[in-house]
Amino acid sequence: MINFVDLWVYLSGNSLLWLTVTLLAYIAADAISAALGRHPLANPVLISVVFISAVLVLSKTAFPSYFAGAQFIHFLLGPATVALAVPLFRHLPEVKRMFVPMIAALIVGCVVSIASAVLLAKWLGLSKLAMLALAPKSATAAIAMGVAENIHSDPALTAVMVIMTGISGAILVTPLMNVLRLKNYAARGFAAGLVSHGIGTARAFQVNPLAGTFAGIALGLNGVLTAILVPLLLPWLLG
Amino acid sequence: MLHAFAILLSLQLAGEALVRAVSSPLPGPVVGLALLFLWLVVKLPLPQATNETADGILKHLSLLFVPAGVGLVQQLPLLRDEGWKLLIVILISITVSLAATAVTFAVLAKLMKIDSEAGRES
Repeated sequence: MINFVDLWVYLSGNSLLWLTVTLLAYIAADAISAALGRHPLANPVLISVVFISAVLVLSKTAFPSYFAGAQFIHFLLGPATVALAVPLFRHLPEVKRMFVPMIAALIVGCVVSIASAVLLAKWLGLSKLAMLALAPKSATAAIAMGVAENIHSDPALTAVMVIMTGISGAILVTPLMNVLRLKNYAARGFAAGLVSHGIGTARAFQVNPLAGTFAGIALGLNGVLTAILVPLLLPWLLG
Repeated sequence: MLHAFAILLSLQLAGEALVRAVSSPLPGPVVGLALLFLWLVVKLPLPQATNETADGILKHLSLLFVPAGVGLVQQLPLLRDEGWKLLIVILISITVSLAATAVTFAVLAKLMKIDSEAGRES
């Protein structure tokens, strides 16, 4: 007879288990999201994360053993970022035509995103560490954590802010754009990518390929501009 | 597919190497994106399946953020003291920023009369 405890001990320490769980959880979450007509609240990242976290807590699995398996999926973020060049090139005529609105929206969005976060945090009396961690929240994780080190904030706390911003923005963008009656999908996608980096870009690709393309551009450009502007704006915002 | 994947990884690797060579704060994959874009612009030869492979990965971009999202849960103790205030700041800040960005873009596109063809795909 199989001893289930031994079997669990073997499997739970094995990369294959958590890789498979991650993939299955996402397939289920994606099916739920599709069944609900891609409703913004049925965000596949959010559903998968909640489900997997519950499994980890219930099975008393530590994050490093989970990540030993899930890292293979995490790794693909690199080549996926490179792959964003393909839709960018495909939509090059639209991107060229929209160049001026895009650059203006980039500068406005980046400044508003940094300033609103820091000023609101100041107003609510948050600690300096939290204020600093919020400043680069809309940049993609790798850039935000680099900025956090430069401004002597906590990279781990910054990463949490980045993911929370990503998921919240991916949920908020569609209803907000509908309330504002904006039908320009280039503009909608650009805002999603600028504010909610990769997770917003994933949402934009779900809605419309053109929106996804502009989200990908915004993700890249805002990452760069945030890295430049945060150190410049901070003394002024904190002062 | 295999060749296309090799191209994506090679350009990411080139990006990582370049970033370290000039100690730039940019992530390697973003530089890899720029390299692949230039590659496409100057029309260097690419494996046939490059388009399909890129679209295939991007179709399930959400999946790739799941492990990092689960990592967030591990950091929840960091949020114990200021958690709800942080969430309020994030929600208000992203609402304002999303609106400011999209409105700037859409209004300028309208003023320049360039939103008619490209922007209204549904």
